[in-house]
Amino acid sequence: MSSVRVLVGTRKGAFLLTSDGKRERWQVSGPHFAGWEIYHLKGSPADPNRLYASQTSGWFGQVIQRSGDGGQTWEPVGNKFVYNGPTGTHQWYDGTPHPWEFKRVWHLEPSLDDPDTVYAGVEDAALFRSADGGKNWEELAGLRGHGSGPQWQPGAGGLGLHTILLDPANPGRIFIAISAAGAFRSDDCGQTWRPINRGLHSPQFLPDGAAEVGHCVHRIAMNPARPNVLFMQKHWDVMRSDDAGESWHEVSGNLPTDFGFPIDVHAHEPDTVYVVPIKSDSEHFPPEGKLRVYRSRTGGNEWEPLTQGLPQRDCYVNVLRDAMAVDSLDRCGVYFGTTGGQVYASADAGDHWIPIVRDLPAVLSVEVQTLA
Amino acid sequence: MIRVVLPAHLRTLARLAGEVELEVEGEITQRSVLDALEGRYPMLRGTIRDQVTGQRRPYVRFFACEQDLSHQSPDAPLPATVAAGAEPFLIIGAIAGGTGPLWNRQGTQGEYHATKHTFAF
Repeated sequence: MSSVRVLVGTRKGAFLLTSDGKRERWQVSGPHFAGWEIYHLKGSPADPNRLYASQTSGWFGQVIQRSGDGGQTWEPVGNKFVYNGPTGTHQWYDGTPHPWEFKRVWHLEPSLDDPDTVYAGVEDAALFRSADGGKNWEELAGLRGHGSGPQWQPGAGGLGLHTILLDPANPGRIFIAISAAGAFRSDDCGQTWRPINRGLHSPQFLPDGAAEVGHCVHRIAMNPARPNVLFMQKHWDVMRSDDAGESWHEVSGNLPTDFGFPIDVHAHEPDTVYVVPIKSDSEHFPPEGKLRVYRSRTGGNEWEPLTQGLPQRDCYVNVLRDAMAVDSLDRCGVYFGTTGGQVYASADAGDHWIPIVRDLPAVLSVEVQTLA
Repeated sequence: MIRVVLPAHLRTLARLAGEVELEVEGEITQRSVLDALEGRYPMLRGTIRDQVTGQRRPYVRFFACEQDLSHQSPDAPLPATVAAGAEPFLIIGAIAGGTGPLWNRQGTQGEYHATKHTFAF
């Protein structure tokens, strides 16, 4: 019988939540790496027992952990992230040039077909790749060297490369996103890159309405069966591209706010999209104190609130950009974690929700593995 | 034989309990001790000092013999009592506001009073 394993990164450690395919009864394992910030964990699609975790600390820096047995045991692997070539500068918050400095790994994306190949999105923004299971890391410097780097500026959380999407239909095509630089695409395995931000508008802080870079993209999602269609949660607005990022149009429709962090797509219905509207700019909690996932079954524009099992009063948590995921069981499961330490699951595509756990440290990331 | 005391998180990372005892060749300095430490425990590389520049991480401090040695040259000789193994070389996670509970627990670190004023245990 199928089962699922939910990988949860928190401010104070990692937790693994497992269940059979019914997704009603859960076992909780953790904290792993107690006391450390776990920005992200993810399993290899080619070998589900191979997991990677980004373990970070303000005191002790970056550690990468690898598991070969589905998270029962771990071993630290390579943590030497050195920018390739001259680092140059990006913009600081006040607009002055600031040198590139490695701070931490935000996101790990294992290759679709090789368990030893894994990509790392880091702060200050750059993309690294390991081809030996995380022992050695090499920067794909064409991204940072694209030429627009001096115009990139950190979002409130830092200049992080937070989204890495590997296109299953077009080997060599990679999408990434950076706050606040925007989205970029490579068609040659990460050697060269170009910005894909046409149609994004950020007049609130970018005076040039057609700026090629500088947009605060929060997250991009795709359904692997239709990789040319991308959905984006931006600092303002939900956007859609039907041409692999060549152009974008707004699909915010009737959403109650123009802000949020995560976005994801149903595993089997490419036009079913999930977001969690959040109030901006400074409040960063759900409007009206009601935690609502919004679902569109029309590829955007028309959204319905999903509330069954979610707190509908006095709720002021946030849901961060890497903290939502879907499984690929026949009835698609949807999962998200909050800064209040709850991880919610829906086994029926969002109609009903249950908290798997209620009292973890603040959740930074949620991924799910569907296991045979 | 040099005695080194690591903070709890690094002991966990290196999977060791208690003090580390190291044989260090040549002059006993911060650099030679850390080289020997990282040689035996490669997973500690980058957690105490930068892997490229060798610079001490900002929130890591080095104490010995009730002195803060953090700002001494990495090539300065460590105190003779450390070189003789009579006193440990302490690697400390600094107090950093209210963001981390690393050193505000009573417990294993409490026996190492490096200075009276810089750190609360």
